[in-house]
Amino acid sequence: MNKARRNPFNIAAMHGALILYTLIALFPVFVIVINSFKSRKAIFREPLALPDAETFSMIGYQTVMKQGDFFLYFQNSMIVTVASLFFILLFGAMAAFALSEYRFKGNTLMGLYLALGIMIPIRIGTVAILDMMVATGLVNTLMALILVYTAQGLPLAVFILSEFMRQVSDDLKNAGRIDGLSEYTIFFRLVLPLVRPAMATVAVFNMIPIWNDLWFPLILAPAEETKTLTLGSQVFIGQFVTDWNAVLSALSMAILPVMVLYVIFSRQLIRGITSGAVK
Amino acid sequence: MGNSRIKWHIVVFLAPAVLVYSAVMVFPLFNTLRLALYTEVDQTRVFVGLDNFRTLFGDPLWSESFWNALGNNFWFFFIHMLVQNPIGIALAAMLSHPRLRFAAFYRSAIFIPTILSFVIVGFAWKLILSPIWGIAPDMLAAVGLKSLYAPWLGKEEYALTTLALVSVWQFIGIPMMLIYAALLSIPEEILEAAEVEGITGMAAFWKIKLPLILPSIGIISILTFVGNFNAFDLIYAAQGALAGPDFSTDILGTFMYRTFFGFQLQLGDPHMGSAIATGMFAIILTGVCIYLFLIQTRIRRYQF
Repeated sequence: MNKARRNPFNIAAMHGALILYTLIALFPVFVIVINSFKSRKAIFREPLALPDAETFSMIGYQTVMKQGDFFLYFQNSMIVTVASLFFILLFGAMAAFALSEYRFKGNTLMGLYLALGIMIPIRIGTVAILDMMVATGLVNTLMALILVYTAQGLPLAVFILSEFMRQVSDDLKNAGRIDGLSEYTIFFRLVLPLVRPAMATVAVFNMIPIWNDLWFPLILAPAEETKTLTLGSQVFIGQFVTDWNAVLSALSMAILPVMVLYVIFSRQLIRGITSGAVK
Repeated sequence: MGNSRIKWHIVVFLAPAVLVYSAVMVFPLFNTLRLALYTEVDQTRVFVGLDNFRTLFGDPLWSESFWNALGNNFWFFFIHMLVQNPIGIALAAMLSHPRLRFAAFYRSAIFIPTILSFVIVGFAWKLILSPIWGIAPDMLAAVGLKSLYAPWLGKEEYALTTLALVSVWQFIGIPMMLIYAALLSIPEEILEAAEVEGITGMAAFWKIKLPLILPSIGIISILTFVGNFNAFDLIYAAQGALAGPDFSTDILGTFMYRTFFGFQLQLGDPHMGSAIATGMFAIILTGVCIYLFLIQTRIRRYQF
């Protein structure tokens, strides 16, 4: 250990810098949430004060509950996110298994083809995607969003999962084969349980961008019944722009579910990023 | 196993992923490039070759908007590279210090903005910077800098830079995490060897660690590039589809959205929208190729 590493002054300076940046990172969220619980007057008079007995008000939340169908939006976001993750993981793991387990003609080529989508954003094809969804009658259905997010998530999922599947022991699979298990049983019963940590990483990586996406809900499913929470809050806030209580409450309500997900999955997420899954 | 018969299980395993990916991603991508060569006359599609591109680059009405959006997009990217990545690296360097306590707490807290949606981030900052609410001017006044305040999002000369900084605030967690991971993976022996040679502290960072994390910096740069040239949501959430004031925050994503869907009196034009999407595709592809063939191969030489 050298001097620089032990120097208490350096450590204190680092804590100072990190605390400062943590404040910068959390300040906007903090301001929005505390003001959503205050009366209109208090929001403007003392924006940085915590709500107290006198200034406490739920009026914003009441407006949001009355005017916007946030439960429906939340349910839509939930359905889209969960269904997309399910298909990304199932289809991605199946393809990753095929690519990592079997030698067949075109294996490398197929791997490259699927990997192309990691770098090219699916949004470039929006015009033709909308065309196709109109032609198949899928516009304004949650199915359209699920299909798009599944296609968008597959390339990285296949890439990460096949890396992990290469590490599954061949002996185990061959033992299964000798016992007469079919290839499907080997995949579902032996291999899938072993790559569960990698599947969790893929799920967490995909979850946040899908939940937060504004572009595709806006273009493919803007109808009232299919609005996701992100689009719903965008539209709601646009309409209630002068009602500060309602806007702040809507923002807080949009923050809440992501924060809950983050608290549950943050360890997984951070472990996933730092384990070099995205090399 | 004979090569003569088709192994059906391989087909079954591959089919769902390949079908969904091809039908919803690859096919529409190429179809969009194709649609850029057509136009609509009396509600029928007519092939016009490169006419849309001639309009896009030749017609001053279009080309002005296009170059404006492209220039803004490069500025947006430039701010990210200049602010987001250095701060991200600095935060990661501090977090990876072996003696620092509460590193996990800082890491989780600083990552929070990254998980919020653009809608939340856009509006939250819009409110905070707003002259009506007065948080930003009051806070500047508290440190005696009130004269520095301006309604940044409403001024043509500041709006784009402000939004770029908001975007930096949101995404700083990603470079921080990736660099943090890279720094942790540097073998302890190398740092100890450097110490024996008398290279410590800042010198160790510049001479030993930084060259070793160059590949991660390369990855972050290309991720930032692709993300920025594909950006839309933040500008749309904060400034609307018109990317005001006076198109000063217009980037390729918002320009394509407006062209595709129309705005105010102008009707939406999917074919011109496709032409812009083709332009974005070309730019992103160029960036990715530069990264893969020039940067990545060169950086590799410094690796073990």
